[in-house]
Amino acid sequence: MAGVLVPRRAVVIGATSGMAEAVMRLWVSGGTGRLHLVGRSRERLEAVAGDLAARSDAVEVTIHACDLTDPAAISAAVGEVSALDPDVVLIAHGAMYEQADMQEDLALADQQLRVTGVSPVLWAEACVDALDRGVVAVIGSVAGDRGRRKNYLYGSSKGMVERAVEGMQHRVHGSRQRVVLIKPGPTATPMTAALDPGGLADVDEVARSIAVGIAKGAPVLYVPGQWRAIMAVIRSMPRPVFNRLDL
Amino acid sequence: MTAVTAWGNLAPAEHSIVALRDRDSAPGLVASAERPGLATGLMRSYGDEPLNTGGVAWDMRGLSRLIAFDSETGDLTCEAGVTIADIQRTFAPRGWMMPVTPGTKHVTVGGAIANDVHGKNHHVAGSLGNHVVALTLARTDGTVTTLDGPSDPMFRATVGGMGLTGVILQATIRMHRVAGPWMSAEDVVFGDLDEFFSVSAESRDTYDYSVAWVDITTHGGGRGIFTRGNNAVEQPPAPPPGRVVTMPFTPPLSLVNSLSLRVFNRGYFALKRSLAREALVHYDPFFYPLDGIGRWDRMYGPRGFHQYQCVVPSAGAREPVSEMLKQIRVSGLGSFLGVLKVMGDEPPIGTMSFPREGVTFALDFPERGDATAALFVRLDAIVSEAGGRLYAAKDARMPKEMFEAGYPGLDEFVAYRDPGISSEMSRRLMGE
Repeated sequence: MAGVLVPRRAVVIGATSGMAEAVMRLWVSGGTGRLHLVGRSRERLEAVAGDLAARSDAVEVTIHACDLTDPAAISAAVGEVSALDPDVVLIAHGAMYEQADMQEDLALADQQLRVTGVSPVLWAEACVDALDRGVVAVIGSVAGDRGRRKNYLYGSSKGMVERAVEGMQHRVHGSRQRVVLIKPGPTATPMTAALDPGGLADVDEVARSIAVGIAKGAPVLYVPGQWRAIMAVIRSMPRPVFNRLDL
Repeated sequence: MTAVTAWGNLAPAEHSIVALRDRDSAPGLVASAERPGLATGLMRSYGDEPLNTGGVAWDMRGLSRLIAFDSETGDLTCEAGVTIADIQRTFAPRGWMMPVTPGTKHVTVGGAIANDVHGKNHHVAGSLGNHVVALTLARTDGTVTTLDGPSDPMFRATVGGMGLTGVILQATIRMHRVAGPWMSAEDVVFGDLDEFFSVSAESRDTYDYSVAWVDITTHGGGRGIFTRGNNAVEQPPAPPPGRVVTMPFTPPLSLVNSLSLRVFNRGYFALKRSLAREALVHYDPFFYPLDGIGRWDRMYGPRGFHQYQCVVPSAGAREPVSEMLKQIRVSGLGSFLGVLKVMGDEPPIGTMSFPREGVTFALDFPERGDATAALFVRLDAIVSEAGGRLYAAKDARMPKEMFEAGYPGLDEFVAYRDPGISSEMSRRLMGE
């Protein structure tokens, strides 16, 4: 990838997510030599690893399938992660359920909070603990910036990730480690896009911004960048005004 | 239901979209559709071929993974939603390119095979189907079959089969060995059609890639620019990625009118004339000049546009091409783009493939209702008289009789259709 510093060795948690795949493709095209993919489904990890390996003669790709929400599985997997001495760990997994469905079904709400909130925080915590250098980057969301009636359970799981990352940034201050929070706006991945012909390019643009942001080690990255200003306005709106809006 | 439009933006159509995301779950989703479905990708087909109003659209874009690459043979196996842009970007620096590419890189492998696309090297390489080694097809009866090459009639029906024989899940394509991403190319100015045919003939054996742009607006014309090139041996270091300027919205009126066309055509002609010399060109502007303007389709405004692409047998091709140019001038409807190419003799392997021996001519027209329709009737008569046919990937309106006459493999083809798959085009031209 022209003009962007890519990691020599990287680990990706939730490696079958559309955004993670796009970032890894950029890394491999830029010369990343070692990738370790962690995810839930062995079949899907194998497909993604096969894709990345076919893209370069110079990359070695390994996979590890486990329950991403199980603390014991996380501890075990992070042992392998630290043995690799990665330049970057990208934590990319998450789910998005319909707010209305979760209001009907507390078990689904519980799953939303655990998969998208608790689990990424535990992975980040374990990685920050196990590593002594490099970047731990976590995918958050602009939805974590303020609760809205349309998606506050998803949003609060992302908000939890933000508070935890903030604390980890405080914790590693002055060390050789960095912790980065990436907040994408709604992105046209196959999951979210209707058949807009321009759709695919957007994922690639977001991936590029993520790769650049990770290389720079900026603490909080909004992608695309205009979301920083939009969310600043939304966060600063007085509650009586905000609650009257149909956002 | 979600509204979807084809590249020509003629009319949005409502679809129930089902995203296919991985190879394991895709066949089940194809088999469980309650209504007739159709695989869709980047929606670069112009007319009604990629639409299935009121039905299911299987969105193939999530199936975007490479599966294996053999650096000895150049055989690339990939999922059907992989784009040609991705393949070229990934493999050109490694010394391999697509054996055949159309004029846009924003198409999927599955869509390219289903239209048996051709490119600037048709005269030496044939169409894409000539380079497909194997296909994996999922049918709505739940079967998944690997088709090993053109000895299989289902393979021949699927190449150029407009997506109607099943859903292409993956394909193996034999890539073309190159030194790198650079082309050696030059532009040659020609003054009329006779000159076009003579430049074309003299370039045939020495240039692997050629295409001509014709100025539709000049009187007594047929002048234009003939672009020809080869994969370069000499390879300079990689360039910075080019910037794409995107049409941000659809203007309320078409920006393509007789005045803008005259200005564009004169300007383009003057520019190209000044660049007429052999030079190293990156493959991107060489193969995909229009991809430099993102969403250029929007330029034609809210009513949309048609592309009219025909191929006529080369024996006596000068007359029909000249007559078409005349009819377009008389109509005053002008065309932003007039693209001419002499095709090669290699027969396509697809039962319903468009490419054939002859001369192909492609033209864009803004939708202007009756006037556009009347011009197409006149062009159809010229093409039919010459024994030619129209390209389904571009079409939204050809008469059924013209389709039947142009595609003699049609009767054989229908037996291989998947009864659970249907499109606006198949209902218009084949009755179901």
